[in-house]
Amino acid sequence: MAKILIDPITRIEGHLSIEIDVENGKVVDAKSIGDMFRGFEKIFRGRNPLDANQLSQRICGVCPISHGVASSKCLEDAFGIKPNNNGRVLRNLMLAANYLQSHILHFYHLAALDYVDITALLKYKGGDSKINRLKAWVENEVNTKKGRIDAITAGGPFLPRYEGDFYIKDVDTNIDAIAGYVKALEMRMRAHKMVASIGGRAPHAIGLVPGGVTQVPTRSMIREYKKHIGDMLDFVNDVYMNHVIAVAKAFEDYFKIGKYSNFLAYGLFEQDAEEKKYLLQRGVVSESKLTAFDPEKVREQVRYSRYSSGSNLHPYEGQTDPQPGKGGAYTWLKAPRYDGKPMEVGPLARVVVSYLSENAAVKKEVDTLLGKFNAELSAVFSTLGRHAARAIECKIILQEARGWLDELEVNGKPRSTFDMPENGEGMGLTEAPRGALGHWIVMKDRKIANYQCVVPTTWFCGPRDDNGVRGPVEQALIGTPISDPKNPIEAARVVRSFDPCIACAVHVVEGDREIGTFRVC
Amino acid sequence: MSLSRRDFLKIMGGTTAAFAFPSLVLQGCKKALEKAAERTQVIWIQAQSCSGCSVSLLNKMDPDIVSVITEYISLNYHQTVMAGTGHTAISVLEEAVKKNRKDFVLIVEGSIPTKDDTYCTIGEMDGRIIGAREWIERLGENAKALVAVGTCATFGGIPGGEPRDGSGNPTGAVGLAQIMKGKTVLNVPGCPPHPDWMVGTLLHVLLKGMPKLDEYNRPLMYYGTTVHEKCERLSYYKSGIFAKHWGDEGCLYEVGCLGMDSCCDIPSRKWLGGVNSCTGCGAGCIGCTEDVFPDFGRRGVFKHLTAKNEKLIRQEHRAPFFNYRNGGVVHG
Repeated sequence: MAKILIDPITRIEGHLSIEIDVENGKVVDAKSIGDMFRGFEKIFRGRNPLDANQLSQRICGVCPISHGVASSKCLEDAFGIKPNNNGRVLRNLMLAANYLQSHILHFYHLAALDYVDITALLKYKGGDSKINRLKAWVENEVNTKKGRIDAITAGGPFLPRYEGDFYIKDVDTNIDAIAGYVKALEMRMRAHKMVASIGGRAPHAIGLVPGGVTQVPTRSMIREYKKHIGDMLDFVNDVYMNHVIAVAKAFEDYFKIGKYSNFLAYGLFEQDAEEKKYLLQRGVVSESKLTAFDPEKVREQVRYSRYSSGSNLHPYEGQTDPQPGKGGAYTWLKAPRYDGKPMEVGPLARVVVSYLSENAAVKKEVDTLLGKFNAELSAVFSTLGRHAARAIECKIILQEARGWLDELEVNGKPRSTFDMPENGEGMGLTEAPRGALGHWIVMKDRKIANYQCVVPTTWFCGPRDDNGVRGPVEQALIGTPISDPKNPIEAARVVRSFDPCIACAVHVVEGDREIGTFRVC
Repeated sequence: MSLSRRDFLKIMGGTTAAFAFPSLVLQGCKKALEKAAERTQVIWIQAQSCSGCSVSLLNKMDPDIVSVITEYISLNYHQTVMAGTGHTAISVLEEAVKKNRKDFVLIVEGSIPTKDDTYCTIGEMDGRIIGAREWIERLGENAKALVAVGTCATFGGIPGGEPRDGSGNPTGAVGLAQIMKGKTVLNVPGCPPHPDWMVGTLLHVLLKGMPKLDEYNRPLMYYGTTVHEKCERLSYYKSGIFAKHWGDEGCLYEVGCLGMDSCCDIPSRKWLGGVNSCTGCGAGCIGCTEDVFPDFGRRGVFKHLTAKNEKLIRQEHRAPFFNYRNGGVVHG
């Protein structure tokens, strides 16, 4: 048996490493290790509640908008207000734009290099100036560095990499995907332009506030947005979707690798003021059965996490005292459980929950894709399923977002007003691109008495729980074939398909039961 | 690498640079460019970061990010974009450390924990897990330039914030300058910094040597004026029109805008190629380029909207910023 430590897992957000045991060419055991701790929520306490909105966005630079929205919602809940119609729509538009940014970034710039062979550029004969620029660069790297290849000078950031028979062989597919890589840089930037046109800047939008946003919607902003949406939809349909399918065709095994089948989604994009109707539904799926979500069933366990505090507590009562040298513990992530079970969250969870909730748009897209591969629904509970779910989500969001723009009252107020009460508590649930995200606040004397976030990556990258049951990523890794223990790219592919974000996952605050208990829903 | 004077100006950020670089300096540019024909190696370490600075870097335009990493620099280590994983990634750092290489620029994103190395670790070397602090100390020793990007890496930022209960910072997070004492650290703060600031500063170092710096080691070409001086809403301030709430017409001072006390050129440079700005969108400046962010003494970011006594706020106009720096409590 070989023990392999993959540290660091690059091309994800933050510091994650994976330890796998390989026997007879297959993974038999896995540990997911979160390598970074900041103590964010502890720093929040005692501050102005409005500051939480800005500070919590800094939990993650890839999905700050989701944190900003969750934070605004929990403050709104505490203040007893709802966003006005403009506020709700503008916020959805911003969130949608950041989804596109994050998903495109993930597929092309984070995940694709596990499948695509960048050296295929040397065989490019076409006339695209951007590709030729890249080709000239690769040639130059190869020629000038000839004979003195050492790690620090050769072709960074694309080399060194895992070497072996791992990558797509067809030259045209590779070149096409590399062109996609370059084009996607532009498209994700346009998504950020959409975010900035409402939020002031991106990442870390400044204009997200309780009650809505600060930017008054103008005609020119809406016009620009429509243009961006049109171009992005073309990109998703003609480029992104095709590349996902090309990768799936070349790596069909991955419909059977990285399997996991418990899902949780909080629901995404409120379609009405009451926040009852969602574009992508809320629910829990276990063994392909859909049930309603009950926040009371969420627990966080810390037996294998570097915290000295109590285990199996509801997030409201959660405590977090870091203990760097704790015996047996191997990660800074906690192990959240729903009804005692580890849950996968994220695009696949949202798509599966919506599919089983009879969401017509999702059903159509998923069935079309499954038809192409002649596969059952269970095939999507896999590495490739996660990549496909992101593309499907982008398409559905873009198709809907155009209509949202027409709901805006031009030059109307972008937010509702509020009076901050002396004391209060609130909960804000939303979905980040990586999955279910919740913020909770307790306010006392107009100060933050307690602030708690339960974030997506903790759900899927968390360690074993108190009963020794592995987290979703750890379970998904088991059975993954490893062809070369020195270059365990297969394991990296499985982990990356989840799109982990470790800065989010290691959040943490000391809960204080004396200050107040949270009320769920 | 080929770069015309015009291109160089563009990289440095258009007109701002024209004032920052006298033409005499630019004449020397060509020579420097030839010398720099071999792209400079860059090692970019993320410590306690959120990757926001890196995401912001991807928003670079004119030249775009592909040009930056294929024509101007050689990005040998960057956790979020590099192809290598596990030992193939760490081999780059190992090479630089073990062979005492000196031909690279070290860029650090995110604050550095000092209380315990396990608060942030990156890979292993010789069978030992290495903390971000150790990598940075060993690489920083030999690096030909040290650049801290983002407010976390420059001043500690939010991970370096003080909990209000007086329990002290949980991880002892500090900026790069506090780790590399005695060395000049170029600071490019901002949460996130504008991509022009990051690339412009880096290229200035590579091509022209150290840019002119202010007392916090920030390049004056980007941080030389306050947000207030460049603000789109300055005329409202001058005519005494003050917004009462976010997004309203008027100067955002009473909403809590920190533009008078923070230095950067965002109102004129704007984000994402002119789309919008912090003050333009109606929220106001949160002072993210300053060393006192996000504490501002005990003021915090959005003070005014929750202040109980409006009269006090009015008297506070143009309160000296240095109060915040010294941890002083401001009215309201």
